[in-house]
Amino acid sequence: MKRRQRQRLTRSVLYGLFALVIVGGAVLSDWQSISRAFLQPQIARDMFPRILTIAARNTIIFTISSFSLGLILGLLLALMKLSTIRPYRWFANVYIEIFRGLPALLTVLLVGFAIPIAFEGFRWRDCTIIPGCGTYGAGTVGLGIVAAAYMAETIRAGIEGVPKGQMEAARSLGMTRTWAMASIVIPQAFRLIIPPLTNELILLIKDTSLLFVLGTSDATRELTKFGRDFATDRFNGTPYIVVGIVYLMITIPMTRLVALLERRNRAAR
Amino acid sequence: MIGKAAIDVQALHKSFGDLEVLRGIDFVVGEGEVVCVIGPSGSGKSTLLRCVNRLEEPNSGRILIEGDDITDPDADVDAIRTRIGMVFQSFNLFPHLSVLRNLTIAQRRVLKRSKAEAEDIARQTLERVGLLDKINAYPAHLSGGQQQRVAIARALSMKPDLMLFDEPTSALDPELVGEVLEVMRKLASEGMTMMVVTHEMGFAREVGDRVVFMDEGVVVEEGPPEQVITDPQHERTRKFLSMVL
Repeated sequence: MKRRQRQRLTRSVLYGLFALVIVGGAVLSDWQSISRAFLQPQIARDMFPRILTIAARNTIIFTISSFSLGLILGLLLALMKLSTIRPYRWFANVYIEIFRGLPALLTVLLVGFAIPIAFEGFRWRDCTIIPGCGTYGAGTVGLGIVAAAYMAETIRAGIEGVPKGQMEAARSLGMTRTWAMASIVIPQAFRLIIPPLTNELILLIKDTSLLFVLGTSDATRELTKFGRDFATDRFNGTPYIVVGIVYLMITIPMTRLVALLERRNRAAR
Repeated sequence: MIGKAAIDVQALHKSFGDLEVLRGIDFVVGEGEVVCVIGPSGSGKSTLLRCVNRLEEPNSGRILIEGDDITDPDADVDAIRTRIGMVFQSFNLFPHLSVLRNLTIAQRRVLKRSKAEAEDIARQTLERVGLLDKINAYPAHLSGGQQQRVAIARALSMKPDLMLFDEPTSALDPELVGEVLEVMRKLASEGMTMMVVTHEMGFAREVGDRVVFMDEGVVVEEGPPEQVITDPQHERTRKFLSMVL
């Protein structure tokens, strides 16, 4: 047998095996019980409209608020990392190492439960910094401080990606360092890092599912907790499938957006 | 030297780590004078120019800008810098801002000029470099020569007393060099004080009031362009010129 023929034969055998596994799986599966457990239209219908008005809405609120907090803290940490003052750099490095190294779930638990225990009398429910606080506050802070650790590195890379000449040109025109940073360097840095930041946003959307551990109430449930409650209530798997589809309806357009932005960024250069 | 000193560099030393780049420079640019600094790469000429507005921190020595010591730790460096226009080899326009905003941002934030006044001055300076029609363009849409002319206009819109040019034509395609030199020639003829680090011997000879030749961190020779370029006194100057001319 020639090499080409042998190659073709191997490929056909692999294709055949693959098809066999798929078809065999489909034939051998008990479709009735699968659809009974996962695909019940009535249960899916019952989830609406609350899956959108409460669960998806809360997922989006948690995502946006913790992303905003992470962005502000992350920018601060990035500037500290680039500072000429050594203790600032130490602080930023330690912060980043700790919160990138810990499971996000642990940080959420620490913020949600350890802080109220440590500071007697403090309850997230009473905190009034963020309107309608409570779970929102604990969830935002918990996820936000984790996100900040990741975003700090991204933002730092973005700032360092702006040519040094930009800062020099701004300084040569008499601008202070702070002004030059704020109006010349940082706007350009953010353009460079829009794709990785959008990725960070997608990760956050998924991480909001960790917030179920905060024991959220009916009104503050996010998608995963909502699906879990519904599944327990009806003793059926359908809610998980529906919730999964809602997640994908949010995350897939965003991954497409990242791909588009990255292509555009490359084209601009 | 014409009139009093716009730039007065005294006993300037500058090292990068172990490498001593400037080894005791004394250097003066008079008011209204055009001084061209020439020399091989690594001679310290760009470092000298960058020390003048303290983009580089000198190790020792003094630099007086119109009598004010910019190397003084208490000096208001930002205020002195507004009197010094600087043009870079790589243009360094702000790519996220339009040409107009490139020209007005420092006027408004640093000099606190009103929007109307800043835009008025921006239009005048763009007119001077012949690019008024590009006022709303973004830097990426301009040719290298146009970008450098906008960069000159940006520096001029601060109404500086003197201008520093750091190899302003070295990053340009040969056919674009002329338009930038033309703008600089015009500027010189209008009486602007200029310190120009350049490899353009033709420009140095024609426009320069004085040429300074630097090598290995010291000023080797200086004098009228004709004398330094056509009749150099030092061996090192002769060697350098024989390579570039």
